[in-house]
Amino acid sequence: MTTDQRTPATACRTCGEPALTRDRFCEQCGTPAPGSIPPPPPIPRTTSTHAAPPTHAAPAAGPVSGAGVASFAGRAGCGDCGGVAVGVDGFCERCGLRQPDGPGQGEVDLGPAGAAVSDRGLRRKRNEDAVAIARLPQGACAVVCDGVATAPGSREAARRAADAALAVLTGRVSVGMDPQGATRAAAERAAEVVAGLARGPDAAPACTFASAIADPAGVTVGWVGDSRAYWLSEAGSRLLTRDDSWAATMVEQGAMSAAQAWADRRAHMITAWLGADAGPVEPHVAAFRPTVPGLVVVCSDGLWNDLPEAADLAAVALGGAGGPLGAARRLLRAALEAGGRDNVTAAVIPCPPPVGERGR
Amino acid sequence: MSGFPEFTVRVDQNAYLPAGGREMHAIVGVSARSAGGGGAPAAEIILIDTSGSMSYRGKMAAAKRAARAAVNVLRDGVHFAVVAGANRPRMIYPQGERLVPADEASRRGAVGAIGRLEAAGGTAIGSWLRLAERLFTGYDDAVRHAILLTDGKNQHEPAAELDAALRACEGRFLCDARGVGTDWDVAELRKISSALLGGFLDVPDPADLEADFLAMARAAMSKEIADVTMRVWTPQQARLRFVKQMVPAVEDLTGRRVESGTQTGDYPLGAWGSESREYHVCVEVQPGDVGRQMRAAWVKLLAGDEVLASGNVLAEWTDDEAHSTRINGRVAHHTGQSELAAAIQEGLEARREGDEDRATARLGRAVVLAREVGNAQISGLLDRVVDVVDEANGTVRLKRDVSKADEMSLDTRSVRTVRTRQGDDGKAGG
Repeated sequence: MTTDQRTPATACRTCGEPALTRDRFCEQCGTPAPGSIPPPPPIPRTTSTHAAPPTHAAPAAGPVSGAGVASFAGRAGCGDCGGVAVGVDGFCERCGLRQPDGPGQGEVDLGPAGAAVSDRGLRRKRNEDAVAIARLPQGACAVVCDGVATAPGSREAARRAADAALAVLTGRVSVGMDPQGATRAAAERAAEVVAGLARGPDAAPACTFASAIADPAGVTVGWVGDSRAYWLSEAGSRLLTRDDSWAATMVEQGAMSAAQAWADRRAHMITAWLGADAGPVEPHVAAFRPTVPGLVVVCSDGLWNDLPEAADLAAVALGGAGGPLGAARRLLRAALEAGGRDNVTAAVIPCPPPVGERGR
Repeated sequence: MSGFPEFTVRVDQNAYLPAGGREMHAIVGVSARSAGGGGAPAAEIILIDTSGSMSYRGKMAAAKRAARAAVNVLRDGVHFAVVAGANRPRMIYPQGERLVPADEASRRGAVGAIGRLEAAGGTAIGSWLRLAERLFTGYDDAVRHAILLTDGKNQHEPAAELDAALRACEGRFLCDARGVGTDWDVAELRKISSALLGGFLDVPDPADLEADFLAMARAAMSKEIADVTMRVWTPQQARLRFVKQMVPAVEDLTGRRVESGTQTGDYPLGAWGSESREYHVCVEVQPGDVGRQMRAAWVKLLAGDEVLASGNVLAEWTDDEAHSTRINGRVAHHTGQSELAAAIQEGLEARREGDEDRATARLGRAVVLAREVGNAQISGLLDRVVDVVDEANGTVRLKRDVSKADEMSLDTRSVRTVRTRQGDDGKAGG
């Protein structure tokens, strides 16, 4: 289901054998506490033409393990049992405990029905995005929540909001509720869950919300904040959501041109979110019925910051191999190659839903 | 070949545990919705008891009508056979030991052969099942289903022979069992249908057999996938205390576990059509710190290696008693129904053994539980076995004259459950 989860947390300081921070001895050379030194600095993960950011004056200390470009030192691993596999939802695959910080990255693959990827990006220490995706009786649904970095506990808030919303979507749609009603119920439940996490007026975790349902009746999206949903198809692609953000509001009010608004440093301030300090939440809901096959992409701003145009995303996502997971991976790669300044999360669901693909 | 039905899993639980809490309960609801591709390939065997006692009170005539009705609803192309059971099994249709595809001619041939059945001899069910097992060989991709009708106890072979036959047949085919009249043994048919993942019912009036056979044959024809498995992952150092099917009937699956990995076990669920079932899962985990979350179990529905659907049973430790003491409605409902089935079976057994105090206490408890869970059918059956003095407290008196049929009916149906109402449920988990 996921890849790169078996990456050891660190490497032995003597021989470079992959090791875990909890290991008492290196399995290769027997060095005591092989993982006790800090892991080597992150290795730039792409071989793109973008130069690696010259921020860290990388001290060439310690042997760099032979893990190559896909290694994310210091990311994987369970802090409780030392297990090396932690799922995208943050649960250790050995002891079952959810890691407080969640994993840095991961994938969910539902085969032809959909896929999701999430990655902390190149600059952030934590991944505060959360994604949840599931099959429906006919189709699939996904939820992306982006924790607001300035509010403590937002990583957990995003995780819980996405889980709660997905449970509502799958539960309601499978008993026949209309997708728009289910979307509203899911956003409201997520809002309730996040509001319930507040431990005081100054400790109110917050996150955005974006959801999509693709079923034979079409596509239904819901959102609060600046996480987005796009429709990508060979016949034309477009943004399905309208950000609750300072820039979008300025443009809508005619106060500024789009170029001016987006150039402003306040552009990305969000004007609506889920959280105890957000007041009552009124999710936006939109639906449309595609006339040609395509992909619904639900994503955090880490994906669209550098690739805001639907056509740009379509050029990356469509036409390649690997089904929805392939498309999601290409989108992630494109966002990382464009800078990866924020956490990047994308869920990809085909519409109309594939039928009969599971027959043998 | 058609696609599988669409499966969905929904988990109902209160995920909160108090500090140090270990035991997590959840109700896993599994629904399958037809993919519209029609039934899966099927193989059907009808096993009719033709022991001498079948000739009394119109049982043989009713069994013939029922078997003919079942044959007549077999889809074209379904491979089938009709077998007569006595001291030994005998092929009725076709003549040799094989299955034949259903078409107009073979159905007509089978109906004619059924008409010539005669009752004579004893009852050796193990030998009948073994013949069915041989006949199903080679139909591994099909839904393999047998209907077993008997009117008596398995008297003409050692009990060990039936047990050995069940072990040989387990996982090879599904079997629904029916007892007609009042001379058969409830525990015996329960054992057979339970091992072979089928249902069993009492049919006190032979006249009702035909409708019942029709329903069973139609249900078998509507299955769209032959073998579904539930794979349950649990954390290292956790213990899966039990897995019970709760809807449509109580069936403890705990002992059916087949280890499939270091932290996973598989439970066979048999064939599925468009239907919903519910399972009660209880897992004991190592407590985490307050505020921590754990995946206490990960339930996946599999067809071969393909995951059809999955769900999480979560656990989260809290020091807020308002959360940890809340009881999930579905968990409570199904806990009550498990206890109800046990109370009835224990009460009836005590009654048979002449332990009136225990029988009164257990059946009294059953009266209270049946009312709590809203199982009107069981309340009605209990009324025929005990006089209820105080329904709320479970004060009852054993009736002096209880018909054998009523007692058997209560025993047989003790495991049949009722669903919770929509809206009784608590928060849904992942």
